[in-house]
Amino acid sequence: MKQDLIAELEIRDLCVSVEDKKILNGISLKVRQGEIHALMGPNGSGKSTLAMTVMGFPKFKITSGEILLNGKNVQEMLPHERARAGLFLSFQYPSEVPGVNMLSFLRNALNAKRETPISITDFQKLVKEKSEFLKIDESFTTRPLNVGFSGGEKKRSEIFQLAVLQPKIALLDETDSGLDIDTLKTVAKGIKQISGPNIGILLITHYQRILNYITPHYVHVMIDGRIVKSGGKELAEKLEAQGYDWIKETAK
Amino acid sequence: MKQELKDINLDKYDFKTSEKNVLKLKKGLSVDVIREISKLKNEPGWMLDFRLKSFKIFKNKPMPSWGPDLKELNFDDITYFVKTGSEKTSKWEEVPEEIKETFEKLGVPEAERKFLAGSVAVYEAEGVYHNIKEKWEKQGVIFTDMDTALQKYPELVKQYFMKCVPPEDNKFSALHGAVWSGGSFVFVPKGVKVELPLQTYFRMNAEKEGQFEHTLIIAEPGSEVHYVEGCTAPRYSSHSLHSAVVEIYAKENSKVRYTTVQNWAKNIFNLNTKRAIVERNARIEWVSGSLGSYITMLYPSSMLKGENASASHLSIAFAADGTWKDGGAKVIHFAPHTTSKVVAKSLSMGSGVAVYRGLARINKGALNSRSHMQCDALILDEKSRSDTYPHNEVYESTATFEHEASVGKISDEQLFYLMSRGLSESEAKSMIVLGFLDDVLKEIPMEFSLEMNRLIKLEMGKLGATG
Repeated sequence: MKQDLIAELEIRDLCVSVEDKKILNGISLKVRQGEIHALMGPNGSGKSTLAMTVMGFPKFKITSGEILLNGKNVQEMLPHERARAGLFLSFQYPSEVPGVNMLSFLRNALNAKRETPISITDFQKLVKEKSEFLKIDESFTTRPLNVGFSGGEKKRSEIFQLAVLQPKIALLDETDSGLDIDTLKTVAKGIKQISGPNIGILLITHYQRILNYITPHYVHVMIDGRIVKSGGKELAEKLEAQGYDWIKETAK
Repeated sequence: MKQELKDINLDKYDFKTSEKNVLKLKKGLSVDVIREISKLKNEPGWMLDFRLKSFKIFKNKPMPSWGPDLKELNFDDITYFVKTGSEKTSKWEEVPEEIKETFEKLGVPEAERKFLAGSVAVYEAEGVYHNIKEKWEKQGVIFTDMDTALQKYPELVKQYFMKCVPPEDNKFSALHGAVWSGGSFVFVPKGVKVELPLQTYFRMNAEKEGQFEHTLIIAEPGSEVHYVEGCTAPRYSSHSLHSAVVEIYAKENSKVRYTTVQNWAKNIFNLNTKRAIVERNARIEWVSGSLGSYITMLYPSSMLKGENASASHLSIAFAADGTWKDGGAKVIHFAPHTTSKVVAKSLSMGSGVAVYRGLARINKGALNSRSHMQCDALILDEKSRSDTYPHNEVYESTATFEHEASVGKISDEQLFYLMSRGLSESEAKSMIVLGFLDDVLKEIPMEFSLEMNRLIKLEMGKLGATG
């Protein structure tokens, strides 16, 4: 049997501008299948810009550096080509798409990545399995995509899509923000269950609390468009206890 | 590589393959031409008089002073009558490849393709519907073409013909009165509920298409009927003017649904008048999907005459490159407790223009009547346009009236969101568009809505290729 190579997302010295304003100033980061990385930092440090740029949002311009997926530069790839190559972005603010049923959308998205379309029965099985552990009831999946969803529902919908699409590398952009404690637990449990040797996760957050449920292998701290410190789980704990100020000092 | 509908060369498609079996009157309109039409159809004298009277009105009526520019319409350059017979068929082998391919893409069944392409006169699946037809006949339901109806049921036709939409109504209804030909006649007796939709697809021995077809639907008290007309395969035609009239009489406690789906060739002026008179406790539902044409003007109207009468108007208009869709709805509340609901969705693309022009009037004395209008436009690129001209008159203080309008574009964020899940740009766009149309699309019978889906995706594909 063919042994798949371990997927790897590598960001090399990436600089990005948004409407001529420099947001990222040389980011380097490597996320491999099987690893969980937490990317932390205060608001406005450029975390979401990084995630959106990796996925290929056209308004964000790469001025230098590169993004490599399995050694291949993705800069010329459109967002859907990046998705088909194994990337996934869980949005901080997912768009509402009126009239589009979540399940039919998801089946289309899944089939876009497959050589042969999934059978209806297999798809239903997959949906049932994934919705059970995320505590998503049926009415949720038959509603139009994200329309009228509460903040918590939107985040659960993103994680549900992640579970069904099974990408190799997932960027989770503030999936924990704006959630009450019960929803946070459900979402965190979902992410934990999805994690494992087949997926690399970049968990973007500015609170430590989600890391009480998910233990990252690496923690990176981002300030003003730069990664100023990397370490293990203990770094996140220190940030929670002491805030970002001490690190801003040492970064200078 | 991909053959798009737009690229099909219409000139190549020759309908005159068996010219010897087609009788065509000379171009232009005169008293002689009208007499000739009436004579060829062997019509009763009153119908000839009606035609001549309508012609007089037509000559004296000005062109509409509002709406799209019709100056390119030359009444002298139009053939007003073409007699078609069952022998008038072009050979299937002679139908150009690209049109066969379009049918293929639309998934039109083999037998239907030949019918649509004019290579068979009668749709071959009719046998299947024979039993259904027999059942209708036992119930006293009449479903036939207008010319036959005039011969077989002259009194019935005379009683209703152009009483709802008189020739005096507008220039094109007057023209229609003078030169009408073909169309459907539906009569549903008291209390009879027709379970299956009556579809013009399966009409026996009817004329396939007409330039000036007349549809007359009479729903007697307590009856129910769903009439479906149309075909999503592009209507290729050398005729540049299409001007139909639809008249619906919904008597007390009856329910009529009129569904039409059409896809016109890009050279056609499509100027129609459709109206329903709705009596006490009766309901009219208009469902329409309209694609193609050069200019379309269509504002189905509901006259809510009886207490508790109701109307629903659902429409989709797609103004692709080179098309002006001027459409809307008219609802007039004459009686107390009448309700109307209008949902109009439009798409515009390329040089296409989509206009919503609506009238809602609630007369004094139409106590507690309610009207709700919603028009949503989606503009698919920088070049296309959408305008909304609602005209509302409410003379009754106990009435409620609501109007909502929205004009939107596909946002970069929406597009990026769907693409990030693996859908290509054109897949994502057509998904957003079909989602936008969803609440109307789901009211269109399945076989038509599936074809409309595919047609819209085909048109959208062009957008993806150019944008």
